[in-house]
Amino acid sequence: MSWSRDDMVKRAAAEVRDGLIVNLGIGLPTEVANFIPPGVNVQLHSENGLLGMGPYPYDDEVDPQLINAGKQTVTALPGASTFDSALSFAMIRGGHVDLAILGGLEVACTGDLANWTVPGKLITGMGGAMDLAAGAKRVVVLQSHVAKDGKPKLVAQVTLPVTALACVHRVITELGVFDVGGDHFVCVERAAGVSTEEITRGTGAPVTFE
Amino acid sequence: MSGKVYASVDDALAGVLRDGLRVMSGGFGLSGNAEACIEALAKSGVKDLTIISNNCGNQGQGLAVLLKNRQVRQVICSFIGGNPDLAEQYLAGTVKVELNPQGTFAERIRAGGAGIGGFYTPTGVGTIVAEGKEIRELDGRKYVFERPLRADLAIVRAAVGDELGNLRFHRTSRNFSPLMAMAADVTVAEVDRLVEPGEIDPDDVHLPGLFVKRIVEVPTHKNVIEFRTTRPRGAK
Repeated sequence: MSWSRDDMVKRAAAEVRDGLIVNLGIGLPTEVANFIPPGVNVQLHSENGLLGMGPYPYDDEVDPQLINAGKQTVTALPGASTFDSALSFAMIRGGHVDLAILGGLEVACTGDLANWTVPGKLITGMGGAMDLAAGAKRVVVLQSHVAKDGKPKLVAQVTLPVTALACVHRVITELGVFDVGGDHFVCVERAAGVSTEEITRGTGAPVTFE
Repeated sequence: MSGKVYASVDDALAGVLRDGLRVMSGGFGLSGNAEACIEALAKSGVKDLTIISNNCGNQGQGLAVLLKNRQVRQVICSFIGGNPDLAEQYLAGTVKVELNPQGTFAERIRAGGAGIGGFYTPTGVGTIVAEGKEIRELDGRKYVFERPLRADLAIVRAAVGDELGNLRFHRTSRNFSPLMAMAADVTVAEVDRLVEPGEIDPDDVHLPGLFVKRIVEVPTHKNVIEFRTTRPRGAK
């Protein structure tokens, strides 16, 4: 039994430690906010210029000028601050954001990440992905273990256009938790009932097990 | 009365608009746009514009109206998802798109306004963004050399402004606006509320007035929401 989407998000939320400044990427990583354990106090950074992002607003407190990087309406918690985009990316590039949890298309065991475009598909642009990948102190990628066509997404070398080199520390998939090890992945946790064979078979690079 | 205050957006843009103009437009998607200025640009019919803006509108609205009108020749931005008009004209080859990592985009504009000739950033090393650009290793890390961006005109929206051009923004609508205001020959600010000098406390000024050449009060905006996300009462 591999992990469900919610299990994966919950496992990613366990990466979020008390006191951290955290940026959550668009899509599945955004949902991590819903699973941060009580008592763990973090400040969520949104690259469009908000530190201290809160949950979605109640219907009667929606502010069209208070949004996250996915352009969804959000709230600002007590102690939040707003700022311009140059300052926001100074936070990211300057190493002031402790943890970024991002989506992924391919991660290499060297830590190289591809997550911004697929050749032949409609281009959307990198937005803040390259800055976050290159700049955050720790990068955790939350993605499925293999693509829809069964191709491994944990690989020896990325084949898709690169987002940033040697930036990823850890990958969380439905099969488990994997740290990058240079020329291999280190499986530090397996989803209950998932065999080492299943992981090895679905991974495009050598895997060691702890 | 300071000479910066204009009675209407059309007046504020008079003498500035021409074909081939490079325009910086503040806002993140459709949030925090200088809506009245964009409308005036559309109405004016000026063409061959270069639009420097994070998204160039979205969902057929905001700056995307200029795309629909075929007024745009080039877009310099970081993200074009959710913008079918831009996707279509980009694929057809009628609009040139230059994609930038968002932080590089912001810093290029900041550099343009701050008199910086270029800068080295780690963002983009090893990616298509670095192709054709100088790579330099400093203290053991590789950086890409990026050049500043400037424009003929910047259009920004702020919550409050005074007749000296001092601006205060609301929440996340600040984004690129103060940077763009610094990086253009002429900056037009449309403000929700125009106040007397002194009403914005000096410590609360987000953008000092010297960066704003023209200011006009626009009390009502559409305030389009791209994704209205809410939570029910009683939820945590």
